[in-house]
Amino acid sequence: MDIQMKRGLLDVCVLAAIKNEDSYGYKIIKDLKPCIELSESTLYTILKRLESAGMLTVRTAEHGGRLRKYYRITDAGRRRIEDFKDDWTQILTIYRFVTKEENSYE
Amino acid sequence: MNKQEFLDELRKGLSCLPPDDAQERLAFYGEMIDDRIEEGLSEADAVDEIGSVERIVSQIVSEVPLTKLVREKVRSKCRLRAWEIVLLALGSPLWLPLLLAFFAVVLCLYITVWAVLISLWTVMASLGVCAAVGAAAAVMQAIRGSVYIGAELFGVSLVSAGLCIFLFFGCKAATKGVLHGTKKIVLKTKSRFVGKEDA
Repeated sequence: MDIQMKRGLLDVCVLAAIKNEDSYGYKIIKDLKPCIELSESTLYTILKRLESAGMLTVRTAEHGGRLRKYYRITDAGRRRIEDFKDDWTQILTIYRFVTKEENSYE
Repeated sequence: MNKQEFLDELRKGLSCLPPDDAQERLAFYGEMIDDRIEEGLSEADAVDEIGSVERIVSQIVSEVPLTKLVREKVRSKCRLRAWEIVLLALGSPLWLPLLLAFFAVVLCLYITVWAVLISLWTVMASLGVCAAVGAAAAVMQAIRGSVYIGAELFGVSLVSAGLCIFLFFGCKAATKGVLHGTKKIVLKTKSRFVGKEDA
């Protein structure tokens, strides 16, 4: 898959994982497992990128006697998910067009 | 390997990064291990699941821009002694031109490689043009009545077309090879900065 495209998809996956409630690193990886296998270092890079783009905020909270970082989606992050959905309705239309062309040649 | 050993090794591997960046990554991995232990995994299994330190470090280094690594490298070397600075300044008429010449030569070599590639592509394109024009001329001659000249031209056109196709695959492979090589050299340069830090 095109690397730029994959990066965009991973960003949206991580945003979707924190869409409904704040989450933390390990939970994000676990939640995404059925959809995509993420390594820790990949997740770290994505979280950093999303944070600097203002799509999520980070807070540190105490959990069981240690510190854990929680990630919360921002309005910009939610917009990103909506943009993604809009893009994909377009891409799906194109996809259907392309595959229809192919079928008619057969 | 337990958590502490893992983090110590990772810290060593990440010494090429700015300290606060490395610290943040270490905390991130620490948290990942703790969360796995909390799930019921043993400490050793939790560390195992994260993967080998070597692989993690090489992935991080390949993602971090080279400029950041160099900047950190330069900064950690800033604590030069006075006499070292004096020597550097006095020697600059000698080492600066040599360094510049070195980079110029490397750059020239790289440009030469690309120049060869470009000329190969050009030869391929001209063979293509030759094939097309030859075929057209052959048809023209045939219409005019000079069938033999037409046939000869057609033969030349076919040979050109064949060579053109043959060369196309060669050019493609060579270009791919050079691009791949460039990528490798960049990675090697990066890992040099890391490797030296370990020693």
